[in-house]
Amino acid sequence: MSQNTATLSSAPPFDEAAANPVAGIDQTKGDFQYDVTYEFDAGTGLNENTVRYISSVKKEAPWILEFRLNALKKFQSMPMPTHWATKDLENINFDKIRYYLSQGQKPKRTWDEVPDDIKQTFERLGIPEQERKFLAGVEAQFDSEAAYSNIKDLVAKQGVIFANSTEALREHPEIFRKFFGKVIPTGDNKFSALNSAVFSGGSFIYVPKGVKVAQPLQAYFRINAENFGQFERTLIIADEGAELTYMEGCTAPKFSTSTLHSAVVELVALKGAKIQYITVQNWANNVFNLVTKRGVAHEEAEIKWIDCNIGSRLTMKYPGVVLKGRKARGEVISIALANDGQHQDTGAKMIHAADETTSNIVAKSISVGQGRSTYRGIVHIPKHLKGCKNNTECDALLINTNSRTDTYPAITVRGDANSVQHEASVSKVNEEMIFYMQQRGLTEGQAMSLAVNGFINDLARQFPMEYSVELKRLIDLEMEGSVG
Amino acid sequence: MSSLVIRDLHVAIGEKKIVKGFSLTIKSGEVHAIMGPNGTGKSTLAKAIAGHPDYTITGGDVLLDGQSILEQEADERARAGLFLAFQYPSEIPGVSIANFLRAAVQARMAEGEEIDATAYYKRLYSKMDLLKIDRKFTSRSVNDGFSGGEKKRCEILQMAMLEPKFALMDETDSGLDIDALRIVADGVNTMRGPNLGVLMITHYQRLLDYIVPDYVHVMWDGRIVKSGDKSLALELEAKGYDWVKKELALATA
Repeated sequence: MSQNTATLSSAPPFDEAAANPVAGIDQTKGDFQYDVTYEFDAGTGLNENTVRYISSVKKEAPWILEFRLNALKKFQSMPMPTHWATKDLENINFDKIRYYLSQGQKPKRTWDEVPDDIKQTFERLGIPEQERKFLAGVEAQFDSEAAYSNIKDLVAKQGVIFANSTEALREHPEIFRKFFGKVIPTGDNKFSALNSAVFSGGSFIYVPKGVKVAQPLQAYFRINAENFGQFERTLIIADEGAELTYMEGCTAPKFSTSTLHSAVVELVALKGAKIQYITVQNWANNVFNLVTKRGVAHEEAEIKWIDCNIGSRLTMKYPGVVLKGRKARGEVISIALANDGQHQDTGAKMIHAADETTSNIVAKSISVGQGRSTYRGIVHIPKHLKGCKNNTECDALLINTNSRTDTYPAITVRGDANSVQHEASVSKVNEEMIFYMQQRGLTEGQAMSLAVNGFINDLARQFPMEYSVELKRLIDLEMEGSVG
Repeated sequence: MSSLVIRDLHVAIGEKKIVKGFSLTIKSGEVHAIMGPNGTGKSTLAKAIAGHPDYTITGGDVLLDGQSILEQEADERARAGLFLAFQYPSEIPGVSIANFLRAAVQARMAEGEEIDATAYYKRLYSKMDLLKIDRKFTSRSVNDGFSGGEKKRCEILQMAMLEPKFALMDETDSGLDIDALRIVADGVNTMRGPNLGVLMITHYQRLLDYIVPDYVHVMWDGRIVKSGDKSLALELEAKGYDWVKKELALATA
């Protein structure tokens, strides 16, 4: 493995995907779909009527409708952010997207109430029934509504609210309204505005003061309708001294036309609270995954994003933490794998806004074949602050010479009472390493996946057991397909 | 009883011909040493037999137990019982020796068959005890930051675990001090027996003091030009490769 410490670009930007969205996409793998009869369907295209329709189906309070309509205006007035990342965003046809689908209004409460075809889908996703024993609550989102939602007595008894966005805003506005749309303002970017206009599904969680939720809360979801944009909305509030781990994982079937996933996730960690948010996602190769994730950490609070991006046509995601209170801590651990025809544009944002705040970013990217990965980060420490620390590490692994990786770390540190550390490396899985492993009896695909798993091993260890196993399985699948 | 037959083998890298008509038969239980000056094609021979994609076989054949292996991928050859102890083993960061070997052992099992983890570790530790390797060793990443001696010991441990029919040992002595050399040689000698055939490639006679070969061959310009028993190695040491060169010149004159 050769190493150097510079940005490395070894191929011109690919535009094959722009010319033909399905060029080079292997559609044989993981391609499964079940017929679902949608009871509510907002049709294709987006205008004021779509938004009003969604809001009325959800029987929302007037303030939410107003929030949505205001967001729609912002969305329509904001330009596409194509000037800095990629021209591929221009290929999203907003008129062909379905903005709302639902199987019904009330999330299913028990496993028995979940329709059989949906259970079948869950089975294909490998969500074992026994997991329910381990998980405190499962909020499995199927398309835009939660098809199955089960909060174990234990968690409810602790006073934890775990609901989908519709239910939470209807039944607990006194808790959620205060923070909703505050961490990520509607107009933060064009896609947060879009989400704010048409959001449905997602998880709203409130953990009361001092409550430590022992088991991770978990949500699985996937897209199962062609041309259907998924706009889930998540808001997690950990009150003073509370602790919570939330995990989301998603897989999606393959489709021939583009699918848009644009989520907004807001976290609020009040004084001394801890939130850990874990994502392992494996989107189909035609999904635009444009997600805004941000948290606010108050005094001595801690927010940690563990973010793993596999698949999708284009992912743009930069989880951030605003370190608002003294001694707040923020961390982003990120793994991105860009295979042929994929572009992972990921990174992290750390906004230091109080003394003695610390942040840590460790980002690892893997580029395979024509895959392209980009690290884009912001670390901001203003001059008047004292005792702030940031550590940023970006490591890229290239598999074959056509891969491309770029690093754009923007670190603004003013004043001399703060410290930052930045390291970047680019390594290659070379032919000799693969031959060495093959000589021990591993196939080329097994050798590649072992090399990749080795590269991310120190990060994967931070994942809960079942997620690191799933991650390994996903990487094995990706590498199998990448051997020519 | 297994056999590895190398028959009139020709190997090229790109346009360059390196191995030019190499023939040798190795049987289980035999240890053959190939000696020769640098650049004569020793390492190329070993890598080509193991199936390195950069090396083109332009003529001849390699047969393992009567079956040609030239159409097989490197991993198929490995699973068929061929092991190459590398002169420069690759580093695999983040993959522990224990996990790497486990994957290699698993790769040799029938589809649907799962490795018995307890039995695997028991066997791994017994091999390590045999080779006098510290238990902590296997939790380190494969060859990552290893000293020359550690890398070679790691190769020997893998060989012991994978129990090949034939081992090609490419300059196993290079970069080793005398203590490391002795440890590695002890390991090979421990494994020596009726089920293992060894082709040992070396530049120096020194290794042959520790691993005494049954046959010694001198390689020159891509083929074997002289064969004998272990005394040939000593003669070579005393007279140098120029002696072979002169003999060769006389023979072809």
